[in-house]
Amino acid sequence: MDNITATIQVVPLNHYILLSAIIFTIGVIGVLIRRNAIIIFMSVELMLNAVNLLLTAFSAYSGDASGQVFVFFIMALAAAEVAVGLAIIVMVYRNTNSVDINVLNRLKW
Amino acid sequence: MNTLIVISILALVVLYLGLFKAKNALLPVSILGLLGALALAVCEWNSGASPIFSGMMHFDNFAVAFSALTIISTILILLLSKTYFEKISENVAEYYTIILFALVGIIVMVSYHNLSMLFIGLEIMSVSLYVLAGIKKRDFASNEAALKYFLMGAFSTGFLLFGIALIYGASHSFDLSEIAKYVTDRPTGIDPIFYVGIILVMVGMCFKIGAAPFHFWVPDVYEGSPTLITTFMATVVKTAGFAAFLRIFSVCFAPLSEFWMPTLLGITILTLFIGNITALFQTNFKRMLTYSSVSHAGYMLFAIVALGASSFNAVFVYAAAYSLASIIAFGVLILVKEQTGSENFESFNGLGKKNPFLAFSVTVAMLSFAGIPLTAGFIGKFFMFSTALQEYHTWLIVLAIINAVISIYYYFKVIVAMYFKDAERKEVPSNAYYKLVLGVSVIATIVLGVYPSLITDFF
Repeated sequence: MDNITATIQVVPLNHYILLSAIIFTIGVIGVLIRRNAIIIFMSVELMLNAVNLLLTAFSAYSGDASGQVFVFFIMALAAAEVAVGLAIIVMVYRNTNSVDINVLNRLKW
Repeated sequence: MNTLIVISILALVVLYLGLFKAKNALLPVSILGLLGALALAVCEWNSGASPIFSGMMHFDNFAVAFSALTIISTILILLLSKTYFEKISENVAEYYTIILFALVGIIVMVSYHNLSMLFIGLEIMSVSLYVLAGIKKRDFASNEAALKYFLMGAFSTGFLLFGIALIYGASHSFDLSEIAKYVTDRPTGIDPIFYVGIILVMVGMCFKIGAAPFHFWVPDVYEGSPTLITTFMATVVKTAGFAAFLRIFSVCFAPLSEFWMPTLLGITILTLFIGNITALFQTNFKRMLTYSSVSHAGYMLFAIVALGASSFNAVFVYAAAYSLASIIAFGVLILVKEQTGSENFESFNGLGKKNPFLAFSVTVAMLSFAGIPLTAGFIGKFFMFSTALQEYHTWLIVLAIINAVISIYYYFKVIVAMYFKDAERKEVPSNAYYKLVLGVSVIATIVLGVYPSLITDFF
Protein backbone atom coordinates (compact mmCIF):
# COMPACT_ATOMS: atom_id res chain seq x y z
CA MET A 1 0.00 0.00 0.00
CA ASP A 2 2.79 2.42 0.94
CA ASN A 3 4.51 1.42 -2.24
CA ILE A 4 1.49 2.30 -4.37
CA THR A 5 0.96 5.57 -2.51
CA ALA A 6 4.59 6.46 -3.07
CA THR A 7 4.26 5.64 -6.76
CA ILE A 8 1.17 7.83 -7.05
CA GLN A 9 2.99 10.66 -5.35
CA VAL A 10 5.76 10.62 -7.94
CA VAL A 11 3.48 12.74 -10.10
CA PRO A 12 2.57 16.15 -8.60
CA LEU A 13 -1.02 16.55 -7.39
CA ASN A 14 -1.76 19.39 -9.78
CA HIS A 15 -1.16 17.11 -12.72
CA TYR A 16 -3.83 14.73 -11.48
CA ILE A 17 -6.26 17.59 -11.03
CA LEU A 18 -5.56 18.86 -14.53
CA LEU A 19 -5.83 15.41 -16.08
CA SER A 20 -9.14 14.73 -14.33
CA ALA A 21 -10.48 18.12 -15.33
CA ILE A 22 -9.54 17.44 -18.95
CA ILE A 23 -11.14 13.99 -18.96
CA PHE A 24 -14.23 15.40 -17.25
CA THR A 25 -14.47 18.16 -19.86
CA ILE A 26 -14.16 15.63 -22.68
CA GLY A 27 -17.05 13.76 -21.08
CA VAL A 28 -19.18 16.92 -20.78
CA ILE A 29 -18.51 17.90 -24.38
CA GLY A 30 -19.34 14.37 -25.49
CA VAL A 31 -22.70 14.53 -23.72
CA LEU A 32 -23.47 17.89 -25.27
CA ILE A 33 -22.52 17.27 -28.90
CA ARG A 34 -23.03 13.58 -29.58
CA ARG A 35 -26.46 12.37 -30.68
CA ASN A 36 -26.21 8.64 -30.05
CA ALA A 37 -27.69 7.64 -26.70
CA ILE A 38 -25.03 4.99 -26.08
CA ILE A 39 -22.16 7.38 -26.80
CA ILE A 40 -23.73 9.97 -24.52
CA PHE A 41 -23.91 7.30 -21.89
CA MET A 42 -20.24 6.43 -22.41
CA SER A 43 -19.35 10.10 -22.02
CA VAL A 44 -21.19 10.15 -18.69
CA GLU A 45 -19.12 7.17 -17.59
CA LEU A 46 -16.00 9.08 -18.63
CA MET A 47 -17.08 11.92 -16.33
CA LEU A 48 -17.55 9.50 -13.44
CA ASN A 49 -14.16 7.92 -14.05
CA ALA A 50 -12.51 11.33 -14.05
CA VAL A 51 -14.01 11.79 -10.60
CA ASN A 52 -12.69 8.38 -9.54
CA LEU A 53 -9.18 9.29 -10.64
CA LEU A 54 -9.35 12.59 -8.81
CA LEU A 55 -10.61 11.01 -5.61
CA THR A 56 -7.87 8.39 -5.70
CA ALA A 57 -5.19 11.02 -6.19
CA PHE A 58 -6.52 13.19 -3.34
CA SER A 59 -6.84 10.15 -1.14
CA ALA A 60 -3.26 9.06 -1.76
CA TYR A 61 -1.94 12.54 -1.15
CA SER A 62 -3.82 13.17 2.08
CA GLY A 63 -3.20 9.67 3.48
CA ASP A 64 -6.92 9.21 4.08
CA ALA A 65 -8.60 6.03 2.87
CA SER A 66 -12.15 7.38 2.76
CA GLY A 67 -11.61 8.82 -0.72
CA GLN A 68 -10.83 5.37 -2.06
CA VAL A 69 -13.86 3.90 -0.35
CA PHE A 70 -15.95 6.55 -2.05
CA VAL A 71 -14.52 5.36 -5.38
CA PHE A 72 -15.99 1.92 -4.69
CA PHE A 73 -19.37 3.47 -3.98
CA ILE A 74 -19.21 5.37 -7.25
CA MET A 75 -18.28 2.21 -9.16
CA ALA A 76 -21.09 0.20 -7.55
CA LEU A 77 -23.72 2.84 -8.20
CA ALA A 78 -22.42 3.46 -11.72
CA ALA A 79 -22.91 -0.26 -12.36
CA ALA A 80 -26.49 -0.01 -11.10
CA GLU A 81 -27.00 2.96 -13.37
CA VAL A 82 -25.60 1.03 -16.33
CA ALA A 83 -28.07 -1.77 -15.69
CA VAL A 84 -31.05 0.56 -15.63
CA GLY A 85 -29.73 2.84 -18.36
CA LEU A 86 -29.03 0.12 -20.88
CA ALA A 87 -32.45 -1.37 -20.17
CA ILE A 88 -34.02 2.01 -20.95
CA ILE A 89 -31.99 2.32 -24.16
CA VAL A 90 -33.03 -1.19 -25.24
CA MET A 91 -36.66 -0.31 -24.50
CA VAL A 92 -36.40 2.82 -26.64
CA TYR A 93 -34.69 0.87 -29.41
CA ARG A 94 -37.47 -1.70 -29.49
CA ASN A 95 -40.06 1.01 -29.95
CA THR A 96 -38.26 3.26 -32.40
CA ASN A 97 -35.54 1.09 -33.99
CA SER A 98 -33.06 3.82 -33.24
CA VAL A 99 -30.84 5.03 -30.44
CA ASP A 100 -30.47 8.48 -31.93
CA ILE A 101 -31.80 11.02 -29.44
CA ASN A 102 -33.06 13.28 -32.24
CA VAL A 103 -35.87 10.76 -32.72
CA LEU A 104 -37.03 11.67 -29.25
CA ASN A 105 -38.65 14.99 -29.91
CA ARG A 106 -42.33 14.27 -29.46
CA LEU A 107 -42.53 16.19 -26.21
CA LYS A 108 -42.17 19.85 -27.00
CA TRP A 109 -43.86 23.02 -26.08
CA MET B 1 -33.11 5.60 11.89
CA ASN B 2 -35.78 2.95 12.40
CA THR B 3 -37.79 4.70 9.69
CA LEU B 4 -35.17 3.84 7.13
CA ILE B 5 -35.01 0.19 8.16
CA VAL B 6 -38.79 -0.19 8.23
CA ILE B 7 -39.24 1.28 4.76
CA SER B 8 -36.44 -0.86 3.30
CA ILE B 9 -37.95 -4.04 4.72
CA LEU B 10 -41.43 -2.94 3.69
CA ALA B 11 -40.28 -2.60 0.08
CA LEU B 12 -38.98 -6.17 0.09
CA VAL B 13 -42.16 -7.47 1.75
CA VAL B 14 -44.26 -5.79 -0.93
CA LEU B 15 -42.11 -7.36 -3.62
CA TYR B 16 -42.73 -10.81 -2.10
CA LEU B 17 -46.46 -10.12 -1.89
CA GLY B 18 -46.34 -9.51 -5.61
CA LEU B 19 -44.51 -12.79 -6.10
CA PHE B 20 -47.26 -14.67 -4.27
CA LYS B 21 -50.00 -12.88 -6.22
CA ALA B 22 -51.47 -11.17 -3.17
CA LYS B 23 -52.59 -8.20 -5.21
CA ASN B 24 -55.23 -6.93 -2.85
CA ALA B 25 -52.81 -6.83 0.05
CA LEU B 26 -50.32 -4.54 -1.69
CA LEU B 27 -51.93 -1.21 -0.93
CA PRO B 28 -52.97 -1.88 2.69
CA VAL B 29 -49.56 -3.32 3.57
CA SER B 30 -47.73 -0.39 1.98
CA ILE B 31 -49.92 2.15 3.74
CA LEU B 32 -49.69 0.43 7.12
CA GLY B 33 -45.94 0.07 6.80
CA LEU B 34 -45.56 3.71 5.90
CA LEU B 35 -47.76 4.76 8.82
CA GLY B 36 -45.52 2.70 11.09
CA ALA B 37 -42.44 4.34 9.60
CA LEU B 38 -44.06 7.74 10.09
CA ALA B 39 -44.78 6.97 13.75
CA LEU B 40 -41.18 5.85 14.27
CA ALA B 41 -39.92 9.02 12.61
CA VAL B 42 -42.07 11.22 14.83
CA CYS B 43 -40.86 9.32 17.92
CA GLU B 44 -37.31 10.40 17.14
CA TRP B 45 -38.24 14.05 17.51
CA ASN B 46 -35.64 15.85 19.67
CA SER B 47 -33.66 12.66 20.24
CA GLY B 48 -31.10 12.91 17.43
CA ALA B 49 -28.51 15.00 19.20
CA SER B 50 -25.45 13.66 17.45
CA PRO B 51 -24.62 11.88 14.20
CA ILE B 52 -24.84 8.09 14.23
CA PHE B 53 -23.05 5.31 12.32
CA SER B 54 -19.60 6.93 12.51
CA GLY B 55 -21.03 10.27 11.50
CA MET B 56 -22.79 8.96 8.39
CA MET B 57 -26.35 9.92 9.29
CA HIS B 58 -27.83 12.55 11.55
CA PHE B 59 -31.50 12.29 12.50
CA ASP B 60 -31.95 15.78 13.83
CA ASN B 61 -35.28 17.57 13.87
CA PHE B 62 -34.73 18.79 10.34
CA ALA B 63 -34.41 15.20 9.11
CA VAL B 64 -37.42 14.05 11.13
CA ALA B 65 -39.62 16.85 9.84
CA PHE B 66 -38.72 16.26 6.21
CA SER B 67 -38.96 12.47 6.57
CA ALA B 68 -42.45 12.91 7.98
CA LEU B 69 -43.44 15.27 5.18
CA THR B 70 -42.18 12.96 2.43
CA ILE B 71 -43.77 9.89 4.02
CA ILE B 72 -47.15 11.63 4.33
CA SER B 73 -47.02 12.77 0.71
CA THR B 74 -46.11 9.25 -0.38
CA ILE B 75 -49.05 7.82 1.55
CA LEU B 76 -51.42 10.25 -0.16
CA ILE B 77 -49.95 9.41 -3.57
CA LEU B 78 -50.15 5.66 -2.98
CA LEU B 79 -53.82 6.03 -2.00
CA LEU B 80 -54.43 7.59 -5.42
CA SER B 81 -52.84 4.56 -7.07
CA LYS B 82 -55.61 2.12 -6.14
CA THR B 83 -56.85 1.56 -9.67
CA TYR B 84 -54.17 3.45 -11.54
CA PHE B 85 -51.36 0.92 -11.85
CA GLU B 86 -53.59 -1.99 -12.81
CA LYS B 87 -54.46 -0.16 -16.01
CA ILE B 88 -50.81 0.21 -17.00
CA SER B 89 -49.48 -3.25 -16.39
CA GLU B 90 -50.05 -6.56 -14.67
CA ASN B 91 -47.01 -6.44 -12.41
CA VAL B 92 -48.40 -4.03 -9.89
CA ALA B 93 -46.17 -4.95 -6.96
CA GLU B 94 -43.11 -3.53 -8.68
CA TYR B 95 -44.63 -0.05 -8.74
CA TYR B 96 -45.14 -0.02 -5.01
CA THR B 97 -41.71 -1.51 -4.40
CA ILE B 98 -39.86 0.95 -6.60
CA ILE B 99 -41.71 3.90 -5.11
CA LEU B 100 -40.80 2.63 -1.64
CA PHE B 101 -37.17 2.19 -2.66
CA ALA B 102 -37.15 5.75 -3.97
CA LEU B 103 -38.50 6.81 -0.59
CA VAL B 104 -35.61 4.99 1.11
CA GLY B 105 -33.20 7.07 -0.95
CA ILE B 106 -35.13 10.19 -0.01
CA ILE B 107 -34.93 9.42 3.71
CA VAL B 108 -31.16 9.04 3.31
CA MET B 109 -31.03 12.32 1.40
CA VAL B 110 -32.76 14.31 4.12
CA SER B 111 -30.70 12.87 6.97
CA TYR B 112 -27.17 12.50 5.60
CA HIS B 113 -24.18 13.75 7.52
CA ASN B 114 -21.53 12.63 5.09
CA LEU B 115 -21.22 13.47 1.42
CA SER B 116 -20.98 9.79 0.50
CA MET B 117 -24.45 9.31 2.02
CA LEU B 118 -25.74 12.25 0.02
CA PHE B 119 -24.48 10.58 -3.15
CA ILE B 120 -25.86 7.16 -2.24
CA GLY B 121 -29.27 8.52 -1.25
CA LEU B 122 -29.48 10.59 -4.41
CA GLU B 123 -28.61 7.60 -6.57
CA ILE B 124 -31.02 5.22 -4.85
CA MET B 125 -33.75 7.76 -5.49
CA SER B 126 -32.71 8.60 -9.05
CA VAL B 127 -32.23 5.05 -10.30
CA SER B 128 -35.67 4.13 -8.96
CA LEU B 129 -37.16 7.15 -10.69
CA TYR B 130 -35.56 6.32 -14.04
CA VAL B 131 -37.43 3.04 -13.91
CA LEU B 132 -40.68 4.66 -12.79
CA ALA B 133 -40.55 7.29 -15.53
CA GLY B 134 -40.29 4.63 -18.22
CA ILE B 135 -42.66 2.13 -16.70
CA LYS B 136 -45.14 2.28 -19.57
CA LYS B 137 -42.98 0.16 -21.83
CA ARG B 138 -45.01 0.59 -25.02
CA ASP B 139 -45.78 4.26 -24.57
CA PHE B 140 -43.52 6.49 -26.60
CA ALA B 141 -43.78 9.53 -24.33
CA SER B 142 -42.88 7.43 -21.32
CA ASN B 143 -39.85 6.00 -23.16
CA GLU B 144 -38.69 9.45 -24.07
CA ALA B 145 -39.18 10.73 -20.54
CA ALA B 146 -37.18 7.83 -19.11
CA LEU B 147 -34.28 8.25 -21.52
CA LYS B 148 -34.11 12.01 -21.04
CA TYR B 149 -34.37 11.73 -17.30
CA PHE B 150 -31.72 9.05 -17.20
CA LEU B 151 -29.20 10.89 -19.38
CA MET B 152 -29.73 14.22 -17.63
CA GLY B 153 -29.75 12.64 -14.19
CA ALA B 154 -26.49 10.79 -14.78
CA PHE B 155 -24.97 13.93 -16.30
CA SER B 156 -25.88 16.04 -13.29
CA THR B 157 -24.62 13.36 -10.90
CA GLY B 158 -21.27 13.73 -12.66
CA PHE B 159 -21.16 17.43 -11.78
CA LEU B 160 -22.17 16.78 -8.20
CA LEU B 161 -19.49 14.11 -7.83
CA PHE B 162 -16.76 16.28 -9.31
CA GLY B 163 -17.75 18.98 -6.85
CA ILE B 164 -17.65 16.52 -3.97
CA ALA B 165 -14.22 15.29 -5.08
CA LEU B 166 -12.83 18.84 -5.15
CA ILE B 167 -14.29 19.61 -1.73
CA TYR B 168 -12.71 16.43 -0.44
CA GLY B 169 -9.41 17.43 -1.99
CA ALA B 170 -9.42 20.73 -0.12
CA SER B 171 -10.86 19.65 3.22
CA HIS B 172 -9.66 15.98 3.31
CA SER B 173 -13.00 14.78 4.58
CA PHE B 174 -16.51 13.91 3.45
CA ASP B 175 -17.98 14.59 6.87
CA LEU B 176 -20.20 17.68 6.98
CA SER B 177 -18.95 18.90 10.35
CA GLU B 178 -15.31 18.39 9.30
CA ILE B 179 -15.93 20.42 6.16
CA ALA B 180 -17.69 23.10 8.19
CA LYS B 181 -14.69 23.16 10.54
CA TYR B 182 -12.36 23.51 7.57
CA VAL B 183 -14.34 26.53 6.38
CA THR B 184 -14.58 28.28 9.75
CA ASP B 185 -10.99 27.60 10.77
CA ARG B 186 -9.65 29.35 7.71
CA PRO B 187 -11.61 32.51 6.90
CA THR B 188 -8.88 33.31 4.39
CA GLY B 189 -6.65 30.93 2.53
CA ILE B 190 -9.27 28.39 1.56
CA ASP B 191 -8.00 26.32 -1.32
CA PRO B 192 -9.38 27.66 -4.64
CA ILE B 193 -10.53 24.18 -5.64
CA PHE B 194 -12.93 24.32 -2.71
CA TYR B 195 -14.73 27.23 -4.38
CA VAL B 196 -14.92 25.35 -7.66
CA GLY B 197 -16.32 22.44 -5.69
CA ILE B 198 -19.07 24.60 -4.19
CA ILE B 199 -20.12 25.81 -7.64
CA LEU B 200 -20.16 22.29 -9.08
CA VAL B 201 -22.19 20.95 -6.16
CA MET B 202 -24.58 23.84 -6.66
CA VAL B 203 -24.93 23.03 -10.35
CA GLY B 204 -25.54 19.36 -9.57
CA MET B 205 -28.21 20.16 -7.01
CA CYS B 206 -29.88 22.73 -9.27
CA PHE B 207 -30.17 20.05 -11.93
CA LYS B 208 -31.90 17.77 -9.45
CA ILE B 209 -34.39 20.36 -8.23
CA GLY B 210 -35.01 21.66 -11.75
CA ALA B 211 -33.89 25.27 -11.39
CA ALA B 212 -33.24 27.27 -14.56
CA PRO B 213 -30.99 27.14 -16.59
CA PHE B 214 -30.80 23.47 -15.65
CA HIS B 215 -34.55 22.92 -15.90
CA PHE B 216 -34.87 21.91 -19.55
CA TRP B 217 -35.44 18.23 -18.75
CA VAL B 218 -38.23 18.96 -16.25
CA PRO B 219 -41.16 19.64 -18.62
CA ASP B 220 -40.45 16.70 -20.91
CA VAL B 221 -39.90 14.23 -18.10
CA TYR B 222 -42.89 15.37 -16.08
CA GLU B 223 -45.16 15.34 -19.09
CA GLY B 224 -44.02 12.00 -20.45
CA SER B 225 -44.11 10.04 -17.22
CA PRO B 226 -47.36 8.48 -16.00
CA THR B 227 -49.25 11.19 -14.12
CA LEU B 228 -49.06 9.50 -10.75
CA ILE B 229 -45.29 9.19 -11.07
CA THR B 230 -45.16 12.85 -12.07
CA THR B 231 -46.99 13.64 -8.85
CA PHE B 232 -44.35 11.74 -6.92
CA MET B 233 -41.54 13.57 -8.71
CA ALA B 234 -43.10 16.98 -8.33
CA THR B 235 -43.82 16.65 -4.63
CA VAL B 236 -41.72 14.14 -2.73
CA VAL B 237 -38.62 14.22 -4.91
CA LYS B 238 -38.54 17.98 -5.13
CA THR B 239 -38.95 18.32 -1.36
CA ALA B 240 -36.10 15.89 -0.80
CA GLY B 241 -33.88 17.72 -3.28
CA PHE B 242 -34.42 20.98 -1.44
CA ALA B 243 -33.82 19.38 1.93
CA ALA B 244 -30.51 17.97 0.71
CA PHE B 245 -29.54 21.26 -0.94
CA LEU B 246 -30.39 23.24 2.19
CA ARG B 247 -28.60 20.83 4.49
CA ILE B 248 -25.22 20.95 2.76
CA PHE B 249 -25.33 24.70 2.21
CA SER B 250 -26.47 25.59 5.72
CA VAL B 251 -24.07 23.25 7.51
CA CYS B 252 -20.95 23.63 5.38
CA PHE B 253 -20.99 26.63 3.11
CA ALA B 254 -22.93 29.22 5.10
CA PRO B 255 -19.81 31.23 6.09
CA LEU B 256 -18.86 31.57 2.43
CA SER B 257 -22.24 32.88 1.36
CA GLU B 258 -20.70 36.03 -0.09
CA PHE B 259 -19.04 33.87 -2.68
CA TRP B 260 -21.90 31.66 -3.87
CA MET B 261 -24.91 33.85 -3.06
CA PRO B 262 -24.75 36.08 -6.20
CA THR B 263 -24.68 33.02 -8.48
CA LEU B 264 -27.62 31.44 -6.72
CA LEU B 265 -29.47 34.76 -6.77
CA GLY B 266 -29.11 34.84 -10.55
CA ILE B 267 -30.34 31.27 -10.82
CA THR B 268 -33.33 32.10 -8.62
CA ILE B 269 -34.44 35.09 -10.67
CA LEU B 270 -33.95 33.22 -13.93
CA THR B 271 -35.95 30.28 -12.59
CA LEU B 272 -38.83 32.50 -11.52
CA PHE B 273 -39.11 34.27 -14.85
CA ILE B 274 -38.55 31.27 -17.12
CA GLY B 275 -40.98 29.11 -15.14
CA ASN B 276 -43.76 31.67 -14.99
CA ILE B 277 -43.50 33.15 -18.45
CA THR B 278 -43.32 29.77 -20.18
CA ALA B 279 -46.26 28.52 -18.14
CA LEU B 280 -48.33 31.42 -19.51
CA PHE B 281 -48.26 29.95 -23.00
CA GLN B 282 -49.20 26.37 -22.19
CA THR B 283 -52.45 24.86 -23.37
CA ASN B 284 -51.83 21.55 -21.68
CA PHE B 285 -52.73 21.48 -17.99
CA LYS B 286 -50.04 18.95 -17.10
CA ARG B 287 -47.33 20.90 -18.88
CA MET B 288 -48.52 24.10 -17.21
CA LEU B 289 -48.13 22.36 -13.87
CA THR B 290 -44.58 21.29 -14.74
CA TYR B 291 -43.58 24.84 -15.57
CA SER B 292 -45.29 26.05 -12.45
CA SER B 293 -43.23 23.48 -10.57
CA VAL B 294 -40.10 25.09 -12.05
CA SER B 295 -41.26 28.47 -10.82
CA HIS B 296 -42.03 27.09 -7.36
CA ALA B 297 -38.47 25.78 -7.26
CA GLY B 298 -37.49 29.41 -7.74
CA TYR B 299 -39.53 30.51 -4.74
CA MET B 300 -38.07 27.74 -2.61
CA LEU B 301 -34.56 28.81 -3.59
CA PHE B 302 -35.20 32.05 -1.67
CA ALA B 303 -34.57 30.16 1.53
CA ILE B 304 -31.11 29.14 0.36
CA VAL B 305 -30.25 32.53 -1.11
CA ALA B 306 -31.15 34.18 2.20
CA LEU B 307 -29.68 31.46 4.35
CA GLY B 308 -30.50 32.00 7.99
CA ALA B 309 -32.13 30.52 11.03
CA SER B 310 -35.61 30.73 9.52
CA SER B 311 -34.69 28.99 6.24
CA PHE B 312 -35.57 25.50 7.48
CA ASN B 313 -38.98 26.60 8.54
CA ALA B 314 -39.63 28.44 5.30
CA VAL B 315 -38.66 25.50 3.08
CA PHE B 316 -40.65 23.10 5.22
CA VAL B 317 -43.84 25.14 5.12
CA TYR B 318 -43.51 25.92 1.44
CA ALA B 319 -42.78 22.31 0.53
CA ALA B 320 -45.76 21.11 2.55
CA ALA B 321 -48.13 23.61 0.94
CA TYR B 322 -46.79 22.92 -2.53
CA SER B 323 -46.98 19.13 -2.11
CA LEU B 324 -50.59 19.23 -0.94
CA ALA B 325 -51.68 21.48 -3.80
CA SER B 326 -49.80 19.38 -6.36
CA ILE B 327 -51.39 16.17 -5.12
CA ILE B 328 -54.84 17.72 -5.56
CA ALA B 329 -54.11 19.12 -9.00
CA PHE B 330 -52.53 15.96 -10.39
CA GLY B 331 -55.13 13.73 -8.73
CA VAL B 332 -57.99 15.55 -10.42
CA LEU B 333 -56.02 15.58 -13.68
CA ILE B 334 -55.84 11.77 -13.56
CA LEU B 335 -59.63 11.56 -13.20
CA VAL B 336 -60.32 14.12 -15.91
CA LYS B 337 -57.91 12.47 -18.29
CA GLU B 338 -59.51 9.08 -17.75
CA GLN B 339 -62.84 10.53 -18.81
CA THR B 340 -61.91 12.87 -21.64
CA GLY B 341 -58.59 11.42 -22.78
CA SER B 342 -57.07 14.87 -22.93
CA GLU B 343 -54.96 16.94 -20.59
CA ASN B 344 -55.78 20.33 -22.10
CA PHE B 345 -57.50 23.14 -20.25
CA GLU B 346 -60.63 22.54 -22.35
CA SER B 347 -61.14 19.15 -20.75
CA PHE B 348 -61.89 21.00 -17.51
CA ASN B 349 -64.77 22.96 -19.07
CA GLY B 350 -67.98 22.64 -17.14
CA LEU B 351 -66.47 20.60 -14.33
CA GLY B 352 -67.91 23.01 -11.79
CA LYS B 353 -71.49 21.98 -12.56
CA LYS B 354 -71.09 18.24 -12.82
CA ASN B 355 -68.46 17.65 -10.14
CA PRO B 356 -68.66 20.49 -7.63
CA PHE B 357 -66.32 18.73 -5.21
CA LEU B 358 -63.55 18.10 -7.77
CA ALA B 359 -63.87 21.64 -9.07
CA PHE B 360 -63.70 23.03 -5.55
CA SER B 361 -60.57 20.97 -4.79
CA VAL B 362 -58.84 22.21 -7.93
CA THR B 363 -59.83 25.76 -7.05
CA VAL B 364 -58.30 25.44 -3.61
CA ALA B 365 -55.14 23.95 -5.12
CA MET B 366 -54.83 26.75 -7.67
CA LEU B 367 -55.41 29.44 -5.04
CA SER B 368 -52.77 27.79 -2.89
CA PHE B 369 -50.32 27.69 -5.82
CA ALA B 370 -50.98 31.34 -6.54
CA GLY B 371 -50.50 32.27 -2.89
CA ILE B 372 -53.93 33.69 -2.12
CA PRO B 373 -54.52 34.29 1.61
CA LEU B 374 -56.31 31.66 3.71
CA THR B 375 -54.53 28.87 1.87
CA ALA B 376 -51.30 27.12 2.83
CA GLY B 377 -49.56 28.50 -0.26
CA PHE B 378 -49.94 32.03 1.08
CA ILE B 379 -48.26 31.07 4.34
CA GLY B 380 -45.48 29.37 2.39
CA LYS B 381 -44.86 32.44 0.25
CA PHE B 382 -45.12 34.69 3.30
CA PHE B 383 -42.39 32.75 5.10
CA MET B 384 -40.17 32.69 2.02
CA PHE B 385 -40.50 36.43 1.50
CA SER B 386 -39.92 37.28 5.14
CA THR B 387 -36.81 35.06 5.13
CA ALA B 388 -35.51 36.96 2.14
CA LEU B 389 -36.40 40.31 3.72
CA GLN B 390 -34.40 39.46 6.82
CA GLU B 391 -31.34 39.42 4.59
CA TYR B 392 -32.41 42.70 2.91
CA HIS B 393 -33.10 41.28 -0.56
CA THR B 394 -35.79 43.89 -1.14
CA TRP B 395 -35.69 43.96 -4.92
CA LEU B 396 -35.74 40.17 -5.03
CA ILE B 397 -39.10 40.40 -3.26
CA VAL B 398 -40.30 42.93 -5.81
CA LEU B 399 -39.40 40.56 -8.67
CA ALA B 400 -41.02 37.67 -6.84
CA ILE B 401 -44.26 39.57 -6.38
CA ILE B 402 -44.32 40.47 -10.08
CA ASN B 403 -43.97 36.75 -10.77
CA ALA B 404 -46.70 35.86 -8.32
CA VAL B 405 -49.00 38.22 -10.19
CA ILE B 406 -48.07 36.66 -13.55
CA SER B 407 -48.77 33.22 -12.15
CA ILE B 408 -52.28 34.20 -11.09
CA TYR B 409 -53.20 34.50 -14.77
CA TYR B 410 -52.49 30.90 -15.69
CA TYR B 411 -53.76 29.41 -12.45
CA PHE B 412 -57.06 31.22 -12.86
CA LYS B 413 -57.39 29.97 -16.43
CA VAL B 414 -58.29 26.58 -14.97
CA ILE B 415 -60.79 28.05 -12.54
CA VAL B 416 -62.41 30.03 -15.35
CA ALA B 417 -62.61 26.90 -17.49
CA MET B 418 -64.28 24.94 -14.72
CA TYR B 419 -66.89 27.46 -13.64
CA PHE B 420 -67.56 29.82 -16.53
CA LYS B 421 -67.21 27.69 -19.64
CA ASP B 422 -69.93 25.27 -20.46
CA ALA B 423 -69.47 21.96 -22.07
CA GLU B 424 -71.50 18.83 -22.56
CA ARG B 425 -70.00 16.34 -20.21
CA LYS B 426 -70.91 13.53 -17.90
CA GLU B 427 -70.00 13.39 -14.27
CA VAL B 428 -66.40 12.33 -13.76
CA PRO B 429 -66.40 9.05 -11.85
CA SER B 430 -64.18 8.98 -8.78
CA ASN B 431 -63.74 6.34 -6.13
CA ALA B 432 -63.63 6.67 -2.36
CA TYR B 433 -59.85 6.79 -2.23
CA TYR B 434 -59.75 9.86 -4.44
CA LYS B 435 -62.41 11.56 -2.36
CA LEU B 436 -60.46 10.76 0.80
CA VAL B 437 -57.14 12.06 -0.54
CA LEU B 438 -58.64 15.17 -2.09
CA GLY B 439 -60.70 15.87 1.03
CA VAL B 440 -57.71 15.48 3.34
CA SER B 441 -55.49 17.64 1.13
CA VAL B 442 -58.10 20.37 0.77
CA ILE B 443 -58.78 20.48 4.49
CA ALA B 444 -55.06 20.47 5.28
CA THR B 445 -54.44 23.29 2.80
CA ILE B 446 -57.16 25.46 4.32
CA VAL B 447 -56.33 24.61 7.94
CA LEU B 448 -52.67 25.41 7.40
CA GLY B 449 -53.70 28.65 5.77
CA VAL B 450 -55.85 29.66 8.72
CA TYR B 451 -53.74 28.25 11.58
CA PRO B 452 -50.18 28.30 10.24
CA SER B 453 -48.77 27.96 13.74
CA LEU B 454 -49.57 24.23 13.55
CA ILE B 455 -46.44 23.58 11.54
CA THR B 456 -44.41 26.76 11.71
CA ASP B 457 -42.89 26.38 15.16
CA PHE B 458 -40.99 23.20 14.48
CA PHE B 459 -37.44 24.46 14.27
